[in-house]
Amino acid sequence: MTTNEALINYCLRLGDSSLILGQRMSEWCSNGPILEEDIAMTNVALDLIGQSRTMLTYAGKLEGKGRTEDDLAYRREEREFYNTLLSERPNGHFGDTVTRNFLHSAFFYHLFQALKNSKDEMIAAHAAKSIKEVTYHLRHSSEWLVRLGDGTEESHNKVQESLNDMWEFTGDLFEMNEVDEILIKEGIAVDLTEVKKEWEKIINQVIERATLSKPEECYMQSGRLNAMHSEYLGHLIAEMQFLQRAYPEAQW
Amino acid sequence: MVEEDYNKKYTKEQVWGFLKEIPDPEIPVITIEELGVLRDVEVTPTKVIVTITPTYTGCPAMKMFEDDIISTLKQHGIENTEIKMVYSPAWTTDWMTKEAKDKLREYGIAPPVDGSADKGVLFANGPKIVVCPRCKSENTILKSQFGSTACKALYSCKDCLEPFDYFKCI
Repeated sequence: MTTNEALINYCLRLGDSSLILGQRMSEWCSNGPILEEDIAMTNVALDLIGQSRTMLTYAGKLEGKGRTEDDLAYRREEREFYNTLLSERPNGHFGDTVTRNFLHSAFFYHLFQALKNSKDEMIAAHAAKSIKEVTYHLRHSSEWLVRLGDGTEESHNKVQESLNDMWEFTGDLFEMNEVDEILIKEGIAVDLTEVKKEWEKIINQVIERATLSKPEECYMQSGRLNAMHSEYLGHLIAEMQFLQRAYPEAQW
Repeated sequence: MVEEDYNKKYTKEQVWGFLKEIPDPEIPVITIEELGVLRDVEVTPTKVIVTITPTYTGCPAMKMFEDDIISTLKQHGIENTEIKMVYSPAWTTDWMTKEAKDKLREYGIAPPVDGSADKGVLFANGPKIVVCPRCKSENTILKSQFGSTACKALYSCKDCLEPFDYFKCI
């Protein structure tokens, strides 16, 4: 594998995770529990889709086959997506969404902190830019996790269940393969075991403040690196890609 | 094709002058220059290169800015404009001038209060005091970190009881 091939894959991982989580968040549009939250969640969706545009455009450029951000978002099959398994988890109830976003935002936050020093200028700039937005996402989801966890008995139990259910998809966030190995050597990618240490600190801090219990060690799902997904991704992209599949080359 | 020779017709400063008054499509009282979105202008013989930076990565206004830049330059006979999007240095509200902040306040949007570096990651309660742009009361409360556009948070004034937008720090 060449450095360029590794870099393309790395950009797809970043771009796809933002895209899929952004698409999930957009599903809340007009379905939020209160107006303020409806607006908050669609704002988060907008940020994430914006972030994915930067990385998918860059991946297309590196590939050099003339594929645009739209080609990559709307014309790839399920097994060509490299998003995190966590990002494709269904929205469920509000507590499920809050929990998923909290775990994912904390991951992005520390990943981007580290990638700010990437030797690839585009990735470094993307990380520095995105971290400003992700900080708001992390704060939003962690405040809600505390409010729900430390709320009523019902909200506490529900969100504890969300946390337990999401936990098996967190291992996948930190898995690495040859792509990481090549790019770490070049100073482009970062060691995810280091990111995980920082991630765990935030997770522990917020879980404690939310009076929740950290889930026990369990079997961890895996798949992101090989574009293997849960059954939920297919449904998500079927909806996301519908227009470009039904009316190829459709323009606004 | 006739050589355009844009660089003989216009200086960089002149082109900057054409562009600097382009208003923000969402907040028309401030311009792309005051906002810090307009970063650079380069005039070459065959084209004009305008460098801009997004406020937020997903800000839908960016497309409007691009279209407005191209149509403004067309009015001055510049047919070939290239828009260059840069992400570094990342846009920050620290670039906003005092004049721009005053205009925002006048328009009914509370301008950013703290510097971008002042906030903690978790559990920040926003800046200490956001003054109500309508009645100048300091007795206000954060309703949501996210408002009507990506760059704004939603506040409410406990004295005049009106909700208002706050341009948040990033």
